[in-house]
Amino acid sequence: MSPMARTAPVPAATDPAIIRNFCIIAHIDHGKSTLADRMLQLTGVVQQRDMKAQYLDRMDIERERGITIKSQAVRIPWEVDGTSYCLNMIDTPGHVDFTYEVSRSLAACEGAILLVDAAQGIEAQTLANLYLAMENNLTIIPVLNKIDLPAAQPEKYAAELANLIGGRPEDVLQVSGKTGMGVEALLDQIVRELPAPVGDANAPARAMIFDSVYDTYRGVVTYVRVIDGSLSPREKIQMMSTRATHELLEIGVSSPEPHPSKGLGVGEVGYLITGVKDVRQSKVGDTVTTFLKPATQALAGYHDAKPMVFSGLYPMDGADYPVLRDALEKLMLNDAALVYEPETSAALGFGFRVGFLGLLHLEITRERLEREHNLDLISTAPNVEYEVTLEDKKVMRVTNPSEYPSGKIAEVREPMVAATILAPTEFVGAIMELCQSRRGILGGMDYLSEDRVEIRYRLPLAEIVFDFFDILKSKTRGYGSLDWKADGEQVSDLVKVDILLQGEQVDAFSAITHRDKAYAYGVMMTGKLRELIPRQQFEVPIQAAIGARIIARESIRAIRKDVLAKCYGGDISRKRKLLEKQKEGKKRMKMVGRVEVPQEAFIAALTTGESPKDKSKK
Amino acid sequence: MTPGALPLGDPAPADGLLPGQAAAGAVDRAFGLYVHIPFCAVRCGYCDFNTYTATELGGGASQDAYGGTAVREVEFAARAMAASGLPERRLSTVFFGGGTPTLLAAGELTRILGAAVGRWGLEDGAEVTTEANPDSVTRESLQELADGGFTRVSFGMQSAVPHVLKVLDRTHSPERVPQAVAWAREAGLNVSVDLIYGTPGESVADWETSVRTALSYEPDHISAYSLIVEEGTKLAAQIRRGQVPNIDDDDHAVKYELADALFQEAGLSWYEVSNWARTPGDACRHNLAYWRGDDWWGIGPGAHSHVGGVRWWNVKHPTAYANRLDRGESPAAGRETLDPDTRELERVMLTSRLSEGLKIGTLGPSARHAVAGLIAAELVDPVKAFHGTLVLTLKGRLLGDAVTRALLD
Repeated sequence: MSPMARTAPVPAATDPAIIRNFCIIAHIDHGKSTLADRMLQLTGVVQQRDMKAQYLDRMDIERERGITIKSQAVRIPWEVDGTSYCLNMIDTPGHVDFTYEVSRSLAACEGAILLVDAAQGIEAQTLANLYLAMENNLTIIPVLNKIDLPAAQPEKYAAELANLIGGRPEDVLQVSGKTGMGVEALLDQIVRELPAPVGDANAPARAMIFDSVYDTYRGVVTYVRVIDGSLSPREKIQMMSTRATHELLEIGVSSPEPHPSKGLGVGEVGYLITGVKDVRQSKVGDTVTTFLKPATQALAGYHDAKPMVFSGLYPMDGADYPVLRDALEKLMLNDAALVYEPETSAALGFGFRVGFLGLLHLEITRERLEREHNLDLISTAPNVEYEVTLEDKKVMRVTNPSEYPSGKIAEVREPMVAATILAPTEFVGAIMELCQSRRGILGGMDYLSEDRVEIRYRLPLAEIVFDFFDILKSKTRGYGSLDWKADGEQVSDLVKVDILLQGEQVDAFSAITHRDKAYAYGVMMTGKLRELIPRQQFEVPIQAAIGARIIARESIRAIRKDVLAKCYGGDISRKRKLLEKQKEGKKRMKMVGRVEVPQEAFIAALTTGESPKDKSKK
Repeated sequence: MTPGALPLGDPAPADGLLPGQAAAGAVDRAFGLYVHIPFCAVRCGYCDFNTYTATELGGGASQDAYGGTAVREVEFAARAMAASGLPERRLSTVFFGGGTPTLLAAGELTRILGAAVGRWGLEDGAEVTTEANPDSVTRESLQELADGGFTRVSFGMQSAVPHVLKVLDRTHSPERVPQAVAWAREAGLNVSVDLIYGTPGESVADWETSVRTALSYEPDHISAYSLIVEEGTKLAAQIRRGQVPNIDDDDHAVKYELADALFQEAGLSWYEVSNWARTPGDACRHNLAYWRGDDWWGIGPGAHSHVGGVRWWNVKHPTAYANRLDRGESPAAGRETLDPDTRELERVMLTSRLSEGLKIGTLGPSARHAVAGLIAAELVDPVKAFHGTLVLTLKGRLLGDAVTRALLD
């Protein structure tokens, strides 16, 4: 067993040979944060009394949901055979929406710990990230966690992991982040197995940004891994994608609290502070060099985060529009992937069309806006981005169904995804049925072990953004897991379905669907609205239409009686209070032509019914 | 009338003293008395009124002692109003409701009435009504009530159709009603009958039978209410469990229109959403006082009172009620003092229910503006509106709450 390092290597003067950069690839709930906490404790960088559960997950939402949204890096010392090593643990986001950020975290490492719950086995996103790590030539250390659980099946899952990475089951480490069992051995293994970083100390500086976080007091904190050369304080740095230069106000390492240093050398991981206020000026994947001796070649793999899913966000109370605008502005400082523009809906008033990396990103953003800015929001059904080519060859990109052109359309292209689903073999039939019904094309199927299978489908993104994951979960009794990545576009036979109330189109309910599904959408939405909209003093026809063609219709009969029959002495107070309540309720009504539609009807018609919390536990 | 659930309000003081605004303008308002009799022979499945079967209560709340307890509240009311600066006013109406007032002996009812009249006096031609169950009156008891000062009786007939009465848990046999009506006329009493429509299982034909039967007794007055399913009643539970079908507003509308047509044909005219009278003089003046915002004191457990924009309500349980009065304390459980806006809201809500209508000139600009829309929607009589009074059409009576909301915007 190794003791705690007696002397920690000093930043900016650390020989790359004693550096080990690694990350932990794990599924949510498989215990990554607990293991990381245990490492911080064992290496002595965090004192027992300072230990908060899941030290690295900073945001409340992260801690509550048990997921990591933003990654961070921690420098920890560890001694093996009398040599003090410097371990940099880079925490990776654990969700499907953040694949690009994960890929950059992986690119900052030489090795990865593949951490899998010994009671559950590997999940789809973990598998996807493992493949990503293997593509990046990372050395993988397979580890089973939670082996103290009674339900643990270490033999079974060790075999599964060995099978995946081409090793032997007996080489799979067994640990318990909770009790600390096996964690020291794991630290030793990291030192022994992972290669040391290699770089040219005399070349112009090149450091890769793998994370960038906005801090209210310090501005943007940028996390980098130095590949070549070195960075020192008070130096002018340059971002290679934009050629923008910044003064380096502070440079240092996290351990896990920030410690300013004399710089960062080859293979080192640390943070930079330049005083910029917007994470867009310090983009993940970009290469940092120095202004005086700039590198000529940027590091590979950089691209802009591209929003995939769009939704309209509207304040429940129109008066909150400025609050929402300011809140989005603030959030953008810390979220380079977020894009938005103002939008007006006849039904919902003033709001924003917001682009997200995926559904979880949408839900987290919405929750943060509501929680941190005390807003009540309506979000419209999520959409993808369509490329519409008109007959006159004009090309439009449509992220909101209400902008869908009504003229002659030559071709519509929709984004596709490559989806990977892992599940017990008994659910293969149900999964294939689901994917088939979502216009999926089977790409392949592999057995991970005797009773677990990996199924690959190519699916339109639009088919998985609404309720796909929930249905997958229910069809697999909770065992199915999903990962996806963008996979080009395809031409599809798509149409816009409009919903009309008394002949007036309600933009919030329009949808772009495949032609074969238009009728089902029309029937579903008109039926839903018939239940949700209270009867008016006149009959209200509800229609679903493709262009001028009505494909489904319902009608809300006129209300004939709306009066309290008995109104005597003791009824008066009660009746008056009811009227006062109704008067309040009327303020929350939106007028569509002459029809009063309660806010609740919009919300209910635009949501699937289950809480977003359940959906995010992927 | 004392509905089951009491409103939430401010605490009421034990001395029963009223806030200053209660006395303002009182000389111009009529003063009435409501006496709640909290007893029934059986509890009806739809009823959420504050009522108890005869054997449930003891002490000052028992059927035998109740008259004495009610008289104590009469004394208390007289003292509290005088001490609050209200002028001496004679009673213009008295109404005994329940429960089933006629479960008490006629002598008990006249004793309570006598105590009130002894305290305040009666205006000339005052209206004194009691509700009655056709089963619990005799020729003699009705005569005794008339001799004791009662001028009017309101029979709870509800329906003429046995299977409908059964769902309502009403025990009287329909044949009893014409007999009771005849005795009441003999005694010189003005006669009203109450009907309920929209009971689960009641067909339109059943309802027509009930209306025609009621009209065949040639009453001076008819009240017809749609059945309201109140939470906490046996009927609500039966509907929740699917044992009886739920009530249907469209069915109510059809039956209301049918009843209104038949009443008119028989010479009765509506004067309030749920009330029809043979002549304007046959309208129930006590109830009109509620809608016109006059003053009344409600005697009895759970009874509501209103004096000059102050509303209060007594504790519900008869034993708690009796104990309060025994200690010389106000039996009020809570009260509310209405501000001018709230009083205006009530005025619009209540007077718009009446055929005498709401003077459009008394409304604010936005409410006046809304009247045109109500005329266009055929909810308000255009000719009467042209002459300055808002009076509901038949369609408007059925959508009366919508009219009120439009006027409140």
